[in-house]
Amino acid sequence: MIRDITIGQYYPADSILHRLDPRVKFIGTIVYIVSLFVFDSWGYILGAAFLIAMILLSKVPFSFMVRGLKAIVVLLLITMIFNVLLTPGNVLWQWGILRVTTEGLVLAGKMGIRLVFLILGASLMTLTTTPTKLTDALEKLMRPLKKIHVPVHEIAMMMSIALRFIPILLEETDKIMKAQMARGADFESGNLIKKVKAMVPLLVPLFVSAFRRANDLALAMEARCYHGGDGRTQMKPLRYQRRDGTAYGILAVYLTAAIVLRILLGW
Amino acid sequence: MGIIKARKLGYDYFEYEEEGKDPEVVHAIEDVDLDIQTGQFITVLGHNGSGKSTLAKHMNALLVPTEGTMWVDHMDTAEDDELWKIRQEAGMVFQNPDNQIIATVVEEDVGFGPENLGVPTDEIWRRVDESLQATGMVAYRKQSPNKLSGGQKQRVAIAGVMAMKPKCIILDEPTAMLDPNGRKEVLKAVRELNQKEGVTVILITHYMEEVIYSDKVFVMDEGRLVMQGTPREIFSQVEKLKELRLDVPQVTLLAYELRQKGLPIPEGILTIEELVDEICRFN
Amino acid sequence: MSIQLEDVTYTYSPGTAYEMNALDHVSLEIPQGQFVGIIGHTGSGKSTLIQHFNGLMQPTSGRVLYNGEDIWQEGYSLRGLRFHVGLVFQYPEHQLFETTVMADVCFGPKNQGLDPEECRERAREALSQVEIPEELYEKSPFDLSGGQKRRVAIAGVLAMNPDVIVLDEPTAGLDPKGRDEILDRVRYLHDTRGITVILVSHSMEDVARYVERLIVMSRGKKQYDGTPREVFSHYKELEKIGLAAPQMTYIMHALAERGLNVDVTAMTVEEARDSILKALGR
Repeated sequence: MIRDITIGQYYPADSILHRLDPRVKFIGTIVYIVSLFVFDSWGYILGAAFLIAMILLSKVPFSFMVRGLKAIVVLLLITMIFNVLLTPGNVLWQWGILRVTTEGLVLAGKMGIRLVFLILGASLMTLTTTPTKLTDALEKLMRPLKKIHVPVHEIAMMMSIALRFIPILLEETDKIMKAQMARGADFESGNLIKKVKAMVPLLVPLFVSAFRRANDLALAMEARCYHGGDGRTQMKPLRYQRRDGTAYGILAVYLTAAIVLRILLGW
Repeated sequence: MGIIKARKLGYDYFEYEEEGKDPEVVHAIEDVDLDIQTGQFITVLGHNGSGKSTLAKHMNALLVPTEGTMWVDHMDTAEDDELWKIRQEAGMVFQNPDNQIIATVVEEDVGFGPENLGVPTDEIWRRVDESLQATGMVAYRKQSPNKLSGGQKQRVAIAGVMAMKPKCIILDEPTAMLDPNGRKEVLKAVRELNQKEGVTVILITHYMEEVIYSDKVFVMDEGRLVMQGTPREIFSQVEKLKELRLDVPQVTLLAYELRQKGLPIPEGILTIEELVDEICRFN
Repeated sequence: MSIQLEDVTYTYSPGTAYEMNALDHVSLEIPQGQFVGIIGHTGSGKSTLIQHFNGLMQPTSGRVLYNGEDIWQEGYSLRGLRFHVGLVFQYPEHQLFETTVMADVCFGPKNQGLDPEECRERAREALSQVEIPEELYEKSPFDLSGGQKRRVAIAGVLAMNPDVIVLDEPTAGLDPKGRDEILDRVRYLHDTRGITVILVSHSMEDVARYVERLIVMSRGKKQYDGTPREVFSHYKELEKIGLAAPQMTYIMHALAERGLNVDVTAMTVEEARDSILKALGR
């Protein structure tokens, strides 16, 4: 299940989308999400067209992207069922207090489309952008906040270290769990309180290990002359290329089109 | 004066046993004098708790002596102004390969040190290329460190230090967590740096097979420097090493055992070839 | 009492591009009381193999039997099996979690459902067998030295009174002193308790010294299975799969090539010494 979540995963490939500046992709994703809430009816065709074009450009196999949707199927279904059943309006079918209305179906359809497009759009960003680049982009985009004493560099550094260590700690959790199971630990049966208590032999070693790793890492970073963001240069500084300008242009046209269609035609 | 020099070096710390009790003073290292020349390959031996890691951390100014003085390339490590210069000149590789890689892509990790030093971007790339080349990790540059073997991770860590253009590199049990192939891989990389790039190497280990190529061996016990000499000199003293509960390479041990039984084999045999030649002389 | 693997295959991520056979049709039987060594380089499948012994991993195909019973049959208690087949993972000290050494070692027996006094009795016995002095029993396990921590962790498995103990590289990361201490304790346990010991190791010298049977894993397959002497006679083939024989094997072969009539199967320093002296007529 956890392995199916493609959000946050990176899919190595060589495409125009991979090469775009991460800031463009970050802003692009936000623009796309905004557009999904601007559309009301036929506009979703434009949204779909844009998404399909991007997926084709990204060279990420569609099947790989869809796998990420599996994880949210439950969430999707719940949202849709609630929308179908709880929206008042023109009743199509009724059974006891449960009724299905035309409005409900329409709303559920819209919600479903929005959610699917949103997940696909957001995962397209992470699939084509390495975590490091993404944090770089955030650091750069948040830079103005530094003026109000937000530790932008430190936040970005913490994020990238977290990204590096999450897989390691997940693996470690698995290992400790197995080791305790070999000593007869039972993580599955019993009521909630028993289950929580059963986590102690897992969580204590995990925290001890996380602290040890943090300590080691701090030492290693110091040994390599890390002393905060001041005076630091970058191996891969973010520099806009011409294609990034073009991409911003396309985004602007797309968003304008979305708004114009909605206002003029009510799409 | 050599690249690394210590005079009457000592490091004490307090250990708080139980609440209410007075803390106990622990002498992690005591009265250590040493002088390491540029370009040497040094090995430091000693069992866990002998103070060898504490000594290593002094060479990189991660620890500052409580007694005596430590100089790295003529800079006193107790002087704050020289801190970053010292850490740039004396790079350090640690035991756990996972806990010293910072970035999620190999080449970016190698670039981490130079970035901290404020090296211009073009120069960082040049250094990263060179360091990856020197450690044979070019083919893995775009990979995630999580996908590498232990030996490869340690080579990335070594490349990361090399990219800072250090004069010497201190390796604190870099092979302790590796399998035999990983150990060989790392040792080969380290020896090449020493021979081709002329970097001074200080290797801390408790694998005796790793000692034989070094110019000089230091043996630590209970915080003191108890033996120093060439590998041959050190391994001629099998009894003393056993007393310090250290291993002796199996070849050396066999030579020693044969000598004990009256076979006149010279002391300090280090390689299979040497031993075989010696034995065949009696046939 | 024995562990039996019948044609066991374990496939990682079946049906995807990452599909890989970590175990490839492995069959073997380990009778009660044997001291077995398993060698193989990282990724050879030895870690996967030992996790099949106590049911932490389920074979994709094939059967695992303990005392002739299929451990994956309906209704078989895997948790019960784990008390019989104790598994000590690599760096076992990383699983210590209790506030005292005693409490930590009691964790296994407690899970077995023993009463507190019995648990302490078991723990005391196990701790003394790994030579942890009594004054450390009430200390925090986190305050011990590396070697001590590891021995406490091993005691944690021993206290369950298993019939089989599987140790995955119990000496990794220890200094020579710590290495010898652990291995001597393991041999002592084997000799006094009569338990089956399965030792996963990277050190040919160690397995040569301790085990009576050696299994070599390579690419998920059982490559060799025999006495160390038999296995190390294939030293040239071992090198091809990224392994090596003990140093003594090389010395003895080099001497034999130079015309000395030595026993090429000598594996330990003592054996080599005696054979050389004999060959030289001294």
